[in-house]
Amino acid sequence: MNPCPSGTQQHFLERAPVLLRDWITSFLPGSTRWLADSLIDIASILAVFGLLFAFLTLAERKVLGRVQNRPGPNRTGWMGLLQPFADGIKMLTKEDVVPRAADPVLHFLAPVALLAFSILTFAVIPFGRNLVPLDLDAGVLYFFAAGSATELAIFMAGWASHNKYALFAAMRALAQLISYELPLLLSFVPVVLATGSLSPTGIVAAQAGWRWGAVPNWLVFTPWGAAGFAIFMISALAESNRSPFDLPEAESELIAGHLTEYSGFKYALFFMAEYFGMCALSGMAVTLFLGGWHAPLPVLEIIPSYAWFAAKLLVLLAGFIWIRATLPRLRMDQLTKLAWKFLVPLALINLGTTAFWTLTHPWEGPLQLLRWGVALGLVLIPPVLLGRGLSSGLGPRRYRYA
Amino acid sequence: MNAVLIIIATATLVTAVMAMAGKNLLHSVLLLACSWAGVAGFFLWAGAQFVAFAQILIYIGAISMVVLFAVLLTRRSRDEAMPATASRSRKPYAVIVGAAVAAVLLAVVADWPASPSAPPPPPETVRRIGVELMGAYAPALLVVGALLTVALVGAVVLASVDRPGGSEDTQ
Repeated sequence: MNPCPSGTQQHFLERAPVLLRDWITSFLPGSTRWLADSLIDIASILAVFGLLFAFLTLAERKVLGRVQNRPGPNRTGWMGLLQPFADGIKMLTKEDVVPRAADPVLHFLAPVALLAFSILTFAVIPFGRNLVPLDLDAGVLYFFAAGSATELAIFMAGWASHNKYALFAAMRALAQLISYELPLLLSFVPVVLATGSLSPTGIVAAQAGWRWGAVPNWLVFTPWGAAGFAIFMISALAESNRSPFDLPEAESELIAGHLTEYSGFKYALFFMAEYFGMCALSGMAVTLFLGGWHAPLPVLEIIPSYAWFAAKLLVLLAGFIWIRATLPRLRMDQLTKLAWKFLVPLALINLGTTAFWTLTHPWEGPLQLLRWGVALGLVLIPPVLLGRGLSSGLGPRRYRYA
Repeated sequence: MNAVLIIIATATLVTAVMAMAGKNLLHSVLLLACSWAGVAGFFLWAGAQFVAFAQILIYIGAISMVVLFAVLLTRRSRDEAMPATASRSRKPYAVIVGAAVAAVLLAVVADWPASPSAPPPPPETVRRIGVELMGAYAPALLVVGALLTVALVGAVVLASVDRPGGSEDTQ
C-alpha cells in the first residue's frame, strides 16, 4: 500500500474549509473556540445538506418527469429552480391538523425525533481530508445506532395518530426496517474485519493509495467489497423507504402509511428525514466501500477531497433516483423474503469470504490467482444458486388471451 | 464531571420510575427507551464508546421494538387496562427475582475496589472485547443468546393465543 503522495504539501483549496473556520473562530476568545468550532460544523452540515435536500427533491422530480416523458416542474424560476422554495413556503403556511384523539405530545415529538436522529448520523462521516465533525473510535457503530433510533420515531408517529391505518403502516414499516437492518449491519462487518477499525476516518485511511499505480485500494474493488457494497446499497434503499421498497408510505395505494394524520410542515419534516437518511446512508457507503474522499487517480488529487466525496455522493443519489424511476414496488411478503432468505445468508457468506481474503493476504504469485478465483466464486455462485432456489416454481408467467 | 454523572443518573432513574408508574403501556415503553438511553449516556461518560453505542443499537433499536411488538400484538384494544388479577398472584415471584438481582448487583458493587481515579482506558478496546467474548466469556455469550431466543419465542407464543369468538378488529 503506497502512502498518500500529497500528505505533507496540501493544496490551498484542500485546506480552505478548515482555514475559513479557523479564521472565523480567531476573532473569539480562546475558551469559547471549541464551542464555536462545533457550532460552525453543525451550521455547515445543516446548510449544505438542507440545500442538497431542497435540490434533490427538484432533481428527483425533474428526472422522474423526463423518464415519464414529461417536463417536470418548470414554472417556478428558471427551469423550475425555485420550486423547492415554493414547496417550502407552501408547507410552512399550510394548516397543521392534529386529530382530536391523537396523543398530542407523541404526535408532535415523532417528526422532531425522526429528523433529529437522521441529522445525528451526519456527525461521523468524513466529508474530506480533516473534515470530520466528530472523530469517534466507534464511529460506524454510532452511525448505525443513531439510524436505528429512527424506528422508534416511526412507531411513535403511527401510534400517536390514533388511526388504524397509520398504526398498521407503522407496524409494516417496523417489520421492513428491522428486516433490512440485519443485512445492512452484516454488510459493514466485513469492512471492519478487513480494515480492523470501527472509525470512519480509519476505514478511509485504509483505502488510501493505488495498486499498480492506477487501481485505487477502495474496498469495492475486492470481490467481497463489491458484494458487500451491493448488499449495503439494497438494504440502504429499504432502510430509507425508497422505491422499490417504499411500502411504509406508498402514496398511491396505502394512503401514505404512518404519515396519514400529518399535514403541513410536520409532513415535510418526515420527507426531510427520509432524504437526510438517504444522504447519510450514501455517505456511509462512500466511506465504507468507495474510498471515502480519496481521488480515483493520483493525478486527480489536485481536485480537493471534499469535491471527490460530493461527486461520489451525488452519483449514488442519482442511482437512488434512477432505481425509483425504473423498478416497480415490491409486495410485503416479497420484501421480507428478499431480506431474510436472500440478503442475510449472502451477507453471512460474504463475511466468510472476507475472512478467507484476510487470511490469504500473504499469498503471492500463482496463489494470488487462486485467491481471486476462490473469492470470486464465493461471491458469484451463492447468489445465483440462492436466487434460482427461491424463484423456482415462480417461473415466467404465461398470459393467455381469449 | 460529577455534575454530568448526577444529571445522567437522575434522568435514567426518573424515566425508569415514570415508566413503572405510568398507566399507558406504550408511554412506559418509550420512557423505558429513554432510560436505556440514559444508561448509554453513562457508558459514554465512563469512556466506553463501543458499549454505549452497542447499548443504543441493541436496546433502543432492537429490544424496544420487541417490547412494542409484544405489547401491540397481545392487547385487544388501545385502552385495555393491564391485567391486574394475574399480576397480584405473581407478586411473590417478582419480589424474589427482584431481591436476587439486587443481591447480585450489591455484591458486585461491594466487591469493587473504591479507587478514586479510574485507570486510563486500554487501547484497542473493541478487539479486546471480541477476544474476551470469544474466550473467557463464551459461555455467558451463549447463555445470553439462548435467553434472547427464548424471549423471541415467548413473544410469538403470547401473540398467537387463539381467542375463541374474538373478532378480527383490534381497534
